[in-house]
Amino acid sequence: MASHQRSPAIKGAKVLMVGAGGIGCELLKTLALSGFEDIHIIDMDTIEVSNLNRQFLFRQSHVGQSKAKVARDAVLRFRPHISITSYHANVKDPDFNVDFFKQFNVVLNGLDNLDARRHVNRLCLASDVPLVESGTTGFLGQVTVHVKGKTECYECQPKPTPKTYPVCTITSTPSKFVHCIVWAKDLLFAKLFGDKNQENDLNARSSNAASSSQQAEDVFERQNDEGIDEYAKRIYDHVFGYNIGVALSNEETWKNRNRPKPLYSRDVFPEEPSQQNGNMDKNCATDDPLSVSAMASLGLKNPQDIWSLLENSRIFLEALKLFFGKREKEIGNLSFDKDDQLAVEFVTAAANIRAASFGIPLHSLFEAKGIAGNIVHAVATTNAVIAGLIVIEAIKVLQRDANNYRMTYCLEHPSRKMLLMPVEPFEPNKSCYVCSETPLLLEVNTHRSKLRDFVEKIVKAKLGMNCPLIMHGPALLYEVGDDLDKDMAANYAANLEKVLSELPSPVTGGTMLTVEDLQQEFTCNINIKHREEFDEEKEPDGMLLSGWTQAPRVEKDDNKTVGNGGSSTSNASSAMPVEAEEDDDIEFVPTGKKRKVGEISKATNPNLSDVADDDVLVMLDGENLDINKKKKLQ
Amino acid sequence: MDGEELTEQETALYDRQIRVWGVDAQRRLSKAHILVSGMKGTVVEFCKNIVLAGVGSLTLVDSREVTEEALSANFLIPPDENVYSGKTLAELCCDSLKDFNPMVRVSVEKGDISSFGGDFYDRFDVVVISSCSFATKKLINEKCRKVSKRIAFYTVDCRDSCGEIYVDLQNYTYSKKKLDETDECQLQYPSFEEAVTIPWRALPKKVTKLYLAMRVIERFEEAEGRNPGEISIADLPGVLKLKKELCEAQSFNESHVPDALLERLVSDTSEFPPVCAILGGILGQEVIKAISGKGDPLKNFFFFDAIDGKGIIEDISNPNPGS
Repeated sequence: MASHQRSPAIKGAKVLMVGAGGIGCELLKTLALSGFEDIHIIDMDTIEVSNLNRQFLFRQSHVGQSKAKVARDAVLRFRPHISITSYHANVKDPDFNVDFFKQFNVVLNGLDNLDARRHVNRLCLASDVPLVESGTTGFLGQVTVHVKGKTECYECQPKPTPKTYPVCTITSTPSKFVHCIVWAKDLLFAKLFGDKNQENDLNARSSNAASSSQQAEDVFERQNDEGIDEYAKRIYDHVFGYNIGVALSNEETWKNRNRPKPLYSRDVFPEEPSQQNGNMDKNCATDDPLSVSAMASLGLKNPQDIWSLLENSRIFLEALKLFFGKREKEIGNLSFDKDDQLAVEFVTAAANIRAASFGIPLHSLFEAKGIAGNIVHAVATTNAVIAGLIVIEAIKVLQRDANNYRMTYCLEHPSRKMLLMPVEPFEPNKSCYVCSETPLLLEVNTHRSKLRDFVEKIVKAKLGMNCPLIMHGPALLYEVGDDLDKDMAANYAANLEKVLSELPSPVTGGTMLTVEDLQQEFTCNINIKHREEFDEEKEPDGMLLSGWTQAPRVEKDDNKTVGNGGSSTSNASSAMPVEAEEDDDIEFVPTGKKRKVGEISKATNPNLSDVADDDVLVMLDGENLDINKKKKLQ
Repeated sequence: MDGEELTEQETALYDRQIRVWGVDAQRRLSKAHILVSGMKGTVVEFCKNIVLAGVGSLTLVDSREVTEEALSANFLIPPDENVYSGKTLAELCCDSLKDFNPMVRVSVEKGDISSFGGDFYDRFDVVVISSCSFATKKLINEKCRKVSKRIAFYTVDCRDSCGEIYVDLQNYTYSKKKLDETDECQLQYPSFEEAVTIPWRALPKKVTKLYLAMRVIERFEEAEGRNPGEISIADLPGVLKLKKELCEAQSFNESHVPDALLERLVSDTSEFPPVCAILGGILGQEVIKAISGKGDPLKNFFFFDAIDGKGIIEDISNPNPGS
């Protein structure tokens, strides 16, 4: 096989790599050493310090530069005579269309998110180019081969969607630390520092009348004459004291739950917090807003330490003050970023104070950052192994050695003596809505859900479309594009706000919609079924999409009434999933697959049932959830 | 105490891996000293992994000069004569590896690995040797075993699209987390010589054919006085003859050592880069486990063959040591 290095199939191959991160760096190196001479590589990211422990083509001095470009330059140093073309761009850009994909003999994915993986899968199907897909998390990894018509496509098995939490769990009845993190990040942080026009459930409690929540809106605004200390304390008392007090008044909620304890700054601080002021001067040395730190001004150093309630409260007030004192210009435009030290400090402190109030164990900044930022476990060794396996499969694909294609799992604990376990690939799923033309079924309340809900929660979130076009028979209901004329654009914008049954061409039970993505060259049909009620907890979208195999069906429970009712609730809960960060090398592991590879599920997660309820970690794709829960316990 | 807490710089750099193995393991890594010998593709992959992981120090031994073959699976050396002339493989690799992680001390030890005395090995926690003869493997393994502290010893070799890792952790105690409990586990490893002299008929059933084939090649090179890898298709008849003798002497069924496999191993001895990456990755992981004392270590052989794609662990040890 070593002589393959000189093989014409390798020498003459034109290869597209998507991703120049953890797997990408290893893969580019191994491809170059293996004799590949024409490699194209796409990555939109720039290099960060936390990449350097495994993305070995990058150095400290490269931080901030394009991953694709620096990786190219680094590999050309030891293989100067090969051709590497780098693109510092998003693979979802329209330039990377079917024609672009068609020039390659094989596509190799080293991606970090479900969305991009699905997008590349569709382009590979449309352009009929084989795809070798991969992922790692910690010591686990997987390589799969997807050849149209021969093996299953990446989407033949439904992928679990990101974990979402019911709104009321986040706003009123947290029971795990992750609930406090979601509250601190997606509600409190967003409310104080994010876009004021965004819907936010921070003050929405089930029994409150609309008028009082209207009033409460103003609580978060800093008054003109209000001192910063005064403001910070007022926010503290409102969210950790007053709001908890209001929640406690609803006796029904606490019948079977532990009652939270309202926390007021006057009780937490032994003396006036203003006298405990941190030393803001410590932050003056630098102009970089991302390095302003409440920890630094309070002299707390170790991110692994678990702070006391008092320390968390000090960090909370100090971080709030620093945002207003040092970064006032950004307020109103901020969104949480795991690399924003002050934001992480604020969210950690707020989550811990809330946790203290609800009797939930507190966590260190290091742990809180991992949860809030959806940080994926990653080590160099697994990426190196996986990259080696990708190249072996890529060579088989180029030699059209279809009988020997394998999907390979890299395991942490051996199964039947194997650490690297090859499995024959599956045949295409005949009912896959992506690679076959099977229609989907959508259950929805057509009198209540708007076209916008359908576009955001189904077409984009579930079907992974980028530039959708929605048709009902010959009638065009919605379309995305830069070249729309004004009237059409206004028309579509108006349609978005209408409920399905009131669209110009009404969508009701029995209607079939056609949804198309012009860039992905992918079409699918959706049969609509009208349904009145949805379970707020189990079906927070207020819609249920099904139709391809093994989609877990949620039990219908028509007797249950939905608390807050209506689309506003589902709107809010769609904001709940912890956002996926475009950060790392993801992961997808064989836990979900139950066919044919039963032994693997057992091998990789023998303790699953014992830990299934422990949500210590929330992962972006949700695909590796179970594995990571287990990992945490080891 | 110095080095008890990770610095801010270390925490930032190692963030993602600390989330995998914990602060404690990272601290142990930063105090570990590693020796490697034989700077070919697989060892280079291993060195990259272990330097990135943040070990305390890495010492390289390989006094050979650069040849085209040495460059083929090595990404540490630019193929530029102006850069590499007059320097040894170890020196060239050292220059590149230093760059990967400024927090790791990478250095070169000159001389022949088999000539170093026991005191020399005393400085290390982990010894990895590659591309050396059967006799040298045995010799260094014994020297490591004689040192008063426990040294984790590994050999790694890649031939064509096949690879082998051998592990000797002697008496090894480690912790294994099961849900909320931590179990203490103990393993007893045989020395290299003990392992490879176990009669083939006493081996586990269905032992991988690669184990047997590698032993035949090893004995052949030893008997002919060759350097490791100094073998070609012209040697096939001799190799097959030796296989027959070895099988007959042990009353072992010859068909368990397929001729086709031996033919593959002798006809192309150059390393296949994807296999180097895989072996270097597995070995890196094992060394990290051994240093941190966390997780089940490999006992005591690992094999990978790109043709079937299996990565297999074999326990080749006498079930009743000392008997």
